[in-house]
Amino acid sequence: MNGNIGETADNREVLLNVRGLKKYFPIRGDQRKSVVKAVDDVSFHIRRGETFGLVGESGCGKSTTGRSIVRLHDVTEGSIEFGGVDVARMSERQLKPFRQRMQAIFQDPYSSLNPGMNVLQIISEPMEIHRFGSRTEIRERTLDFLERVGLKAAHAERYPHEFSGGQRQRIGIARALSVNPEFILCDEPLSALDVSVQAQVVNMLEDFQAEFGLTYLFIAHDLSMVRHISDRIGVMYKGRLVEVAPSEELYRNPAHPYTRALLAAIPVPDPKVRQGMPPIYSESEECGEREEWIEIAPEHFVSARRDRI
Amino acid sequence: MNNYIIRRIVQAIPLLFVISIVSFSLIKLAPGDPVLSFVTPDMGADDVARIRQSMGLDQPAYVQYFAWFKNVLTGDLGYSLVSHRPVSTMILERIPATFGLMGASLLLSLLFALPLSMLAGAKQNSIPDRILSLLSYIGISIPSFWFSMMLIYLFAVEFHWLPSMGMRTIGVDSIWDILKHGILPCTVLTFINVSVYMRYIRSNTISQLEEDYVQIQYAYGASTGTVLLRHVFKNVILPVVTILGMSLPELIAGAFITESVFSWPGMGSLGITAVHGLDYPVIMGITMISSILLVIGNLAADILYGAVDPRIKTTG
Ligand SMILES: Nc1ncnc2c1ncn2[C@@H]1O[C@H](COP(=O)(O)OP(=O)(O)OP(=O)(O)O)[C@@H](O)[C@H]1O
Ligand SMILES: [Mg+2]
Repeated sequence: MNGNIGETADNREVLLNVRGLKKYFPIRGDQRKSVVKAVDDVSFHIRRGETFGLVGESGCGKSTTGRSIVRLHDVTEGSIEFGGVDVARMSERQLKPFRQRMQAIFQDPYSSLNPGMNVLQIISEPMEIHRFGSRTEIRERTLDFLERVGLKAAHAERYPHEFSGGQRQRIGIARALSVNPEFILCDEPLSALDVSVQAQVVNMLEDFQAEFGLTYLFIAHDLSMVRHISDRIGVMYKGRLVEVAPSEELYRNPAHPYTRALLAAIPVPDPKVRQGMPPIYSESEECGEREEWIEIAPEHFVSARRDRI
Repeated sequence: MNNYIIRRIVQAIPLLFVISIVSFSLIKLAPGDPVLSFVTPDMGADDVARIRQSMGLDQPAYVQYFAWFKNVLTGDLGYSLVSHRPVSTMILERIPATFGLMGASLLLSLLFALPLSMLAGAKQNSIPDRILSLLSYIGISIPSFWFSMMLIYLFAVEFHWLPSMGMRTIGVDSIWDILKHGILPCTVLTFINVSVYMRYIRSNTISQLEEDYVQIQYAYGASTGTVLLRHVFKNVILPVVTILGMSLPELIAGAFITESVFSWPGMGSLGITAVHGLDYPVIMGITMISSILLVIGNLAADILYGAVDPRIKTTG
């Protein structure tokens, strides 16, 4: 690949390399053994310190991709190289060290914290599992991270239901950060929050990324949310990646009709700008078997039929 | 929290009042005339009327109800129409036998149901899960009297391993003897209880395991054992607390059918005998005590909930 775009990006080591990832779910009770192809042959990579945005409509397989990477699913096919080691087919035993290096933050701040545990217990559990020192050391570290995410030490004994959505998401962030991860899967961490709180959480995530050199896979269902935070963005449609490009490039030159449709769905202040946008992408349009993965600009890939380019 | 408890107790009082009226009316509406059990062929119509009058059964229903209710408040449940003994004494005599049997089976049920159904839920659709589910369907669907008789036939009649009736061998006075008599009825009750609990706990375990906070725990490396014991268990125990609350009246009132099949000298057989003999004071005494216990059981469950689930405390 040539390095005209993304300035320093190309020099950074690839931390996560996903090749031909497939995740099929069996349809229960179906005699013909048919499957839901939630993720179907997805390949992309993320460099260390980079934020990769993954967008697409509801049900297109974003979460399944993310959860396969952090190995909450057994993958159907493909490889997931993390720091040069393929974790796709590892047993739970072999995964243990990787479970410390990869963490996750989920969308719903209400269901991602155990209602029966207090904040101290919630944040310290990953540290206990990965043996981050004695009880008092873990406790101190927990209080430290509570303050880093803007909460008070006095909050440690409280239970999740006593916090707002934004505060709960901060607790989740503190929990993810506490074990010094390299990579964090952020699965729509903003969708459930008020717009004013979203900005605070995004800033916090960016600050931590700078401080700890974190790598993010950032999932969202609309482009406006990831544009600001992502270095590169992948657009997913029905279990496949249809376009991957650096954020600004994707905004300036969306190539795939589905990407254009997604962009058109973002409210644009000036109505004149909207003109020329294609109508919402329909299934009948080109997207499927005969498409290839074509680099149309440096680091800008699109799934298309070669004869149409 | 204390306000919450007081409020719940106050709410329970009208409920008990309604229950007493309903059970009184139901028994009044039931066919059969209790006076007939005193009538001998040589009595004339005026003798029958005199008996009716002496028992207060010629009064209007509401007068009978208030007379009965006033006595209940003082702990006087009246006299049995059949044995003419105080109902409260008859009930008190039966409580230890029932409590022992029910308590043992409840304890055993929890001991079996909790680990087995959490295992079934965690290993959904595995072979152990399928076997356990099948057993649980059987336990829910077979009639308890039939199951009891099969056990009696096998273990008492065919093999002579265990006694089939009563609680003691006449002339023998040992704990071991009572235990031996208790094995069969306890097995029946435990099997049925486990089958019912299993359905709740298994489905609860499955839905708990799908929660995001459990998924996160797997993601950061918690083992299945940790997840089940430290997290799922705590949330699965909640519905069990409710079931336990609902089982409290059963602890005292007994399982009517199982106790009668095994002639276990508890409240259940007392109840069945009373129903056959149209012994109203006994039936109503048992109904009232069960209702009071049901209300207390639910109250206790609510309070326990508060202890297990931190979310309840602030809403009190
Ligand atoms: N555990 C599962 N079993 C069966 N099917 C599943 C499972 N998880 C996801 N799916 C299916 O896979 C597809 C992709 O789901 P996924 O949750 O990855 O979508 P998503 O892009 O994250 O959507 P959203 O924006 O709503 O979160 C959907 O059709 C979904 O029904
Ligand atoms: Mg999702």
